[in-house]
Amino acid sequence: MEIGLNHYLIVSGILFSLGMFGILSRKHAVMVLMGLELILNAANINFVAFARYGGMNIDGHIAAIFVIILAAAEAAVALAILLNIYQHFKHVNLDEVNNLKE
Amino acid sequence: MIDITSFTTDLLNSVKLFLPETTLVVTFLAAIFADLLVRRQKHIAGYVALAGFAVTAVFLAQQTGIGTSAFSGLFVIDSFGQFIRFVILISSMLVVIFSFFSDELHHSNTKLGEYYMLIIGMVFGMFLLAGSSNLILIYLAIETMSISSYILTGYTKEAKRATEASLKYVIFGAVSSGVMIYGISILFGLTGTLNLSEINAALAVGTVESVPLLIAGLMILSGFAYKISAVPFHFWTPDVYEGAPVTITALLSVASKAAGFGVLIRFFRVVFTSGNDPGTGDWALVGSIDWHMELAVLAVLTMSIGNLVALWQTNIKRMLAYSSIAHAGYLLMAVAMLNDTAVSSVLIYFFVYMLMNLGAFLIVQVVADKAGTENIDDYSGMGYRNPLIGVALTILLISLTGLPPTAGFIGKLYVFSAVVNAGWLWLAAIGVLNSVVSLYYYAKVIRNMYLRDVESKKSKLAVSPVVLGLILALAALTIVFGLYFSPMINWANSSVQILSGF
Repeated sequence: MEIGLNHYLIVSGILFSLGMFGILSRKHAVMVLMGLELILNAANINFVAFARYGGMNIDGHIAAIFVIILAAAEAAVALAILLNIYQHFKHVNLDEVNNLKE
Repeated sequence: MIDITSFTTDLLNSVKLFLPETTLVVTFLAAIFADLLVRRQKHIAGYVALAGFAVTAVFLAQQTGIGTSAFSGLFVIDSFGQFIRFVILISSMLVVIFSFFSDELHHSNTKLGEYYMLIIGMVFGMFLLAGSSNLILIYLAIETMSISSYILTGYTKEAKRATEASLKYVIFGAVSSGVMIYGISILFGLTGTLNLSEINAALAVGTVESVPLLIAGLMILSGFAYKISAVPFHFWTPDVYEGAPVTITALLSVASKAAGFGVLIRFFRVVFTSGNDPGTGDWALVGSIDWHMELAVLAVLTMSIGNLVALWQTNIKRMLAYSSIAHAGYLLMAVAMLNDTAVSSVLIYFFVYMLMNLGAFLIVQVVADKAGTENIDDYSGMGYRNPLIGVALTILLISLTGLPPTAGFIGKLYVFSAVVNAGWLWLAAIGVLNSVVSLYYYAKVIRNMYLRDVESKKSKLAVSPVVLGLILALAALTIVFGLYFSPMINWANSSVQILSGF
């Protein structure tokens, strides 16, 4: 069977759904960040697959590289903030970080 | 293949057009060095930032009348972007000045260099956002400004609530920008390009399927809606506004919202209207999907939820957070119209909103520093404890409600009339009803200041003359622009040119 664009799109769709599920269901902040990485990588797969199979230009590859870089920057900041949270709360459980009243 | 000589000429021209942004980067580096070299002076990076912003303003003013694209269509310089950039720049300058007088920042941190640097970085991101006409540049700019603002929100890291606010901000922000980039990837697959005007051209052919287009559009909208804190992406707003240092709250509520609206309008205007008649905002290329209605519903939800929840807030920062959600709702009404009148009304509103909201936040900051409270009930007797601050806050809150003779009235008048002119009477009616609701919670503060606790034995509130001068100047300007508004209107009306970047 020839692997084509559709297969990549299905993989990326599954990754996106898993990432969304992780973000919505996990309480541990690090797991939420991992779910986020899955979403970004799903987008990367889309970009590269479209660029490769859609007969399109190099834009998709460049976009994927940018997304990788920004994901790293964002993860660095997010983890620094998590460390700070840990110093104050002694845990990183998102449901219990709710001192600001609704 | 691109011809190499024409490419280099384009690049050289682009570098000239990119001067304001280049200045910001230079300012950023200068701030780092100044902070390293001059250790005695705590605010040296702030002074460098102010000087840099002033130079940026000069270069920005020189771009008046230029309408062209730079860097092979990545970036456009047009009057719309210029107006948004001016709003961003003025509000950032004011926020830097506010920061000089903030006890909150001094209390917890010995060093403030990084604080000012991150503000410069954030302004750079917002400048890029105001002019980007390529989806990847939009994503990059949003992340540049977001990452800086995540750190700034938690800058007073000894404060527990600032830490919590930054956590909520980073989680919500990262998820919504992740969803946005997935939407961008789908739109890229549908049209084969990332350039906004080429996407527009691809949509004009009419072969793009409408269901994936709707999904991609909604996903991208979620990224923008998060930045402008529209319902249902508003959950971070009250917590972040309450937890962040007041100066940063002020910056987020004005500058980052202006940048968000700038990119939202540019995206929809360039991508979804037909190229023949761009001034009318006809949403020509969306096929069977009624984006008009979608945005109108979003606007109604945003302003109603913002106003109704603001009614029972006890913390003034939280109250202003919900009020800023409501203001985003009024502006979204105009965005849904998308024609030239609506765009200029958004610009007018932003200029006015900048003055009144920054003024209100400066008073919140002063009261929090000197009286140690952010509770609305503790504003009782404030009109007697410091009469000038009481008068200024009254003017600013009346302006936020949108009553004459303040500038807020002019802003609302233009937004509502743009909506009515487009034939959406029911939408304008809901907007006016919402303004009436908002009067209740703004007036509650005024009532507390003058009618409660009149015989108070509380001490007078001493405020440094510079801060008092700033507060009075902002309050006076809201009155001045409420009475003599034609320069502002003319400037906004001449700033509706939105280029597509080719």
